[in-house]
Amino acid sequence: MSEAKAVAMESVWQGGGSPYAIGSKKLGMWLFIISDALTFSALLMAYTYLRLSTPDWPKPFIFVPSVVFSSVMTFCLLSSSLTMVMAVHAMNHGNRKATVNWIVATMACGLAFVVLHATEWRHLILDEHVTPFHNEWNVPLFGGTFFALTGLHMTHVIIGVIYLGIIAFAVARGKFKYEDVEVSGLYWHFVDLVWMFIFPLVYLLSARL
Amino acid sequence: MSDHSEAVEHVGGTTQGFIYVWVALLAMTAIEVFLAYEQLPTLIMLTALMGLSVIKAALIIAYFMHLKFEKFSLFLTLFPMLVLCILLMMIFMPDSIRAMIMRVQ
Repeated sequence: MSEAKAVAMESVWQGGGSPYAIGSKKLGMWLFIISDALTFSALLMAYTYLRLSTPDWPKPFIFVPSVVFSSVMTFCLLSSSLTMVMAVHAMNHGNRKATVNWIVATMACGLAFVVLHATEWRHLILDEHVTPFHNEWNVPLFGGTFFALTGLHMTHVIIGVIYLGIIAFAVARGKFKYEDVEVSGLYWHFVDLVWMFIFPLVYLLSARL
Repeated sequence: MSDHSEAVEHVGGTTQGFIYVWVALLAMTAIEVFLAYEQLPTLIMLTALMGLSVIKAALIIAYFMHLKFEKFSLFLTLFPMLVLCILLMMIFMPDSIRAMIMRVQ
């Protein structure tokens, strides 16, 4: 091993340098994402356990509107991830105006997701008479797991839209740096990532054939 | 780099690359919706859908979340622990099959 390499390794182990070569905000967001991923994993595991162990699990999701709506919602979130990547890319090149525009596009996709999700909830509550504790199929855990999972996710989306709004406002005023936009992007992609598991597990596995 | 500079720090991926990833994610979503309407047993369907979802998640983490372009030590610190915890949670899954078989009988 060369002397330079040995010194570099030693400095890391002595707490010098930056072992991950990223800022503290980004590392903080990554750690939050991992802990939040465990929360969602636990909820999804509980749901999957109940789904598999209940032979007469209800399948209330008809093609129109439920599966079509949830597919469009998936499209909205995936597209919002692309616009968020473009926002981070623009900020990386110091183009604040483009960054704000891309973040606003991301927020618009996020809001479209929330509106479609609220419509879907309304259909389920009013037309199918599903609440967190009761439904017509005598499987109350269906409503409990459905509203817990999608509700927690929707809360994340709403918080994400507000978070991005604050970032866009600050970037437009010449405040905040590249790392701040990138960190908000990490959060937004995580919200998208969680939906990639909720959509097939909750909607597609309970689609009415 | 000074505090006022807006110079490029590092660029991970290209616009074209991000669009390819986005198209791949949409295509996998379409396959998932198609699979949902095939008459498959729940366990096989669950495995297929989760397999696709894990690939989608990996693409999002690697490209959109830039983890592919970070130092490998960050990945090693975060993900083996997460995967291990998720696998430990799966210890309950065989019991759900047992419960289902008991209810059917």
